[in-house]
Amino acid sequence: MGLEEKLPSGILLTTVEKVAGYARKSSVWPATFGLACCAMELISTGGPRHDLARFGMERASNTPRQADLMIVAGRVSQKMAPVLRQIYDQMAEPKWVISMGVCASSGGMFNNYAIVQGVDHVVPVDIYLPGCPPRPEMLLDAILKLHDKIQNMKLGVNREHEVEDLEQARLRRLPLAAGLGSHPGSPGPGSPGPGTSAPGVAR
Amino acid sequence: MTSRTDAGAEGRVYNVGGQDWDEVVAAADEAGDRPGDERLIVNMGPQHPSTHGVLRLVLTLDAETVTELRPVIGYLHTGIEKNMEFRTWTQGVTFCTRMDYLSPLFNETAFCLATERLLGITDRIPERASVLRVLMMELNRISSHLMAIATFGLELGATTVLLNGLREREKVLDLFELITGLRMNHAYIRPGGVSQDLPPGAIEKIREFLGLMPGLLGDMRKLLDANPAYLARTKGIAFLDLAGCMTLGVTGPVLRSTGLPWDLRKSQPYCGYETYEFDVPVQTTCDAYGRYLVRMDEMDQSLRIIGQCTDRLAGPGTDDDRVMIADAKIGWPAQLALGPDGLGNSPEHIKHIMGQSMEALIHHFKLVTEGFRVPAGQAYAAIESPRGELGCHAVSDGGTRPYRVHFRDPSFTNLQALPAMCEGGMIADVIAAVASTDPVMGGVDR
Amino acid sequence: MTAEQPPGQAQPPDQAALAGQERLSEQVARTGMFGTETTGDTSGYGGLIVRRPPPLSSPRPYGWYFDDLADALGSSLDQSGLPFGEAVERVVADRGELTCYVRREHLTAVAGRLRDDPALAFELCTGVSGVHYPADVGRELHAVYHLVSLTHNRRLRLEVSVPDSDPHVPTMVRVYPTCDWHERETWDFFGIIFDGHPALTRIEMPDDWKGHPQRKDYPLGGIPVEYRGATVPPPDERRAYE
Repeated sequence: MGLEEKLPSGILLTTVEKVAGYARKSSVWPATFGLACCAMELISTGGPRHDLARFGMERASNTPRQADLMIVAGRVSQKMAPVLRQIYDQMAEPKWVISMGVCASSGGMFNNYAIVQGVDHVVPVDIYLPGCPPRPEMLLDAILKLHDKIQNMKLGVNREHEVEDLEQARLRRLPLAAGLGSHPGSPGPGSPGPGTSAPGVAR
Repeated sequence: MTSRTDAGAEGRVYNVGGQDWDEVVAAADEAGDRPGDERLIVNMGPQHPSTHGVLRLVLTLDAETVTELRPVIGYLHTGIEKNMEFRTWTQGVTFCTRMDYLSPLFNETAFCLATERLLGITDRIPERASVLRVLMMELNRISSHLMAIATFGLELGATTVLLNGLREREKVLDLFELITGLRMNHAYIRPGGVSQDLPPGAIEKIREFLGLMPGLLGDMRKLLDANPAYLARTKGIAFLDLAGCMTLGVTGPVLRSTGLPWDLRKSQPYCGYETYEFDVPVQTTCDAYGRYLVRMDEMDQSLRIIGQCTDRLAGPGTDDDRVMIADAKIGWPAQLALGPDGLGNSPEHIKHIMGQSMEALIHHFKLVTEGFRVPAGQAYAAIESPRGELGCHAVSDGGTRPYRVHFRDPSFTNLQALPAMCEGGMIADVIAAVASTDPVMGGVDR
Repeated sequence: MTAEQPPGQAQPPDQAALAGQERLSEQVARTGMFGTETTGDTSGYGGLIVRRPPPLSSPRPYGWYFDDLADALGSSLDQSGLPFGEAVERVVADRGELTCYVRREHLTAVAGRLRDDPALAFELCTGVSGVHYPADVGRELHAVYHLVSLTHNRRLRLEVSVPDSDPHVPTMVRVYPTCDWHERETWDFFGIIFDGHPALTRIEMPDDWKGHPQRKDYPLGGIPVEYRGATVPPPDERRAYE
């Protein structure tokens, strides 16, 4: 992912992590992926009352190549799912996904043949935001949680260790245990699978 | 991707699956009979900046001129109509409201009018409920037109218009939240009436809104009406005259921009529209600018109607100030009230059904679990939504669930007219044409 | 009651028996009382069979403007050499709406008269949609057209019934071009083939989808809803209180 990934662990890397996290979270550029009703609330979040520009996010990049964040806002139909994946693939690392609304998170009220029951069938999701549609304030809350996650994301060797730890914790966790939900440092789209442990993996 | 030559088709038929754009272009070039041409096939969408949702346009360009435009839809198909067959008639409202998501109250009204016609209770709907329906529909018309004009500005590159429109729209959404509890997808209008009456303070807020809006709309007009850049991009663009509209089945502001004052609120009134004073704005230029003017004028007329509704609601009450039909076998029983833990069943209602009346308990139980039975038959109720004629064709087999519901959505039909509006024009005018048609893909794909 | 009849009989037994026979031959409209087929229902109402006679024509006068409309259509069709009774199977006037059930071979002729005759003047067709009645054997698929006359401010519904085994309906695109996308949608969702349509392809579902989703024999396709420790079946498999 860049020079910062190649640094050895230690104080230097920790400082770089903090700086990189701060820089990344301060100017997240969303990719416009408004699909249905949630898109209207997404647009309202960019409007004057709930201002997305205060986070530097009003510049929604229409091309996914320049986008960091894909907010999947709305129901994803079977016809749209390959397009969704294609847009996600075109985004450059690091990238995050918020699934906005219940339809994106789980299929919502449309439990039928036409809707993908949750975009996590198609793309890895960082933050799930329920609501039908979620208010702009709820979307801002989700974005702030994502900013926390980005700020605290570790880099390089630290990241691999963190990911391995989290994988082990998830595998050991019992089904009805408390504390479900995404940790700030939980594996996001940039994590390697359980089998890979090569250092400096290019993600 | 497969392709075949079909004797009945007007050309080669390409079946596209995805990830095969190269094949499409190669096959089209191969099949083309004009070699050495400057023809380019461009794909716009389904994800593209024009915020009209997931619409895909396949354009064949000859330099800057569009020679062919093929809209591809279906990227938001949700199966709402089939889903409604597995829910009761009242629950159907929550599904149909999410179709055309910019005008949810219109979807609800069309469905409820069809259901009420099947039930035969159209003249037993309380008057207050009808006035509330008209009030909410006109507020929704304003918010929908504001979004249409805001996104029109965004697509033409005028972000100020977008922000102005969104700011105004927030005021309408505040009113929705006050009255129905939600900003969007309200499920407020139900078969038999509306779900709850106006909360205290609503009339004052609406009057405040009515005081502000003419000034704000005037500001938007000052920004756009005589703006040379705006006029250059919308005058004479996306021309569709009356014959074209009738052939392609186009209704709504697009039809009224051709000079024909066809508005279902005037010609085939519903919900008591014949008792309100308002005009039907009409332009004769048949272009995108005419449609913009029609929408701005419609917003002024909506403000007039809202003023009349507010006077009726605030005025001396009639004997009947129910908002749901009196028939206990049909009218939704739950009375909502705001308590310390949020919106829920009102304590009086709970006391009534648990302590005072066995019939009320049974009605509540049956209506919530089963729903009311609708006699067999079919009905088609059409209303004038911000985009045109929104019709609901409901078929009942005598049960508690719809047998089949089909919505004739105006955006679906208006989008068919897009090739007629755009072919022969410039590619930049395609954006203006789509925006002036104001399609909402949720309604198109359902 | 005449002197010949034995006392205690309300009517001659033949009539009662006849009425009973007629009822038994009517279509079954509904079975069971609560819609559940599980052992939870101990009421005994599960064996209930409700029969309803098949739809008939509405008797004249239809009321409102429907009589004028039917007469005008009749005379227009007669003028073009097509008897009304041959083109239109039956007419139903119900809940303020007039429905003409048209035979499919005469559909375009009827539509042409409706559009062109000045007394009828149905300029606008708001589209076609399908309804699937699997119980109506031999006439399972219905294509429903809604027409609007702006000149006379009237509405009319045309309905065409075709069997599943031969789901062909002539296209209306030559008469009302707006039906283009609507016919594609009806083909997509019901499998009704509109003969003569320029490009009858899928419009809402992906191009390579198999099946016609809004037919009654096509499942809703939902998945069980997962909760912690339990699942709820999808909406079409849940117990329904009907």
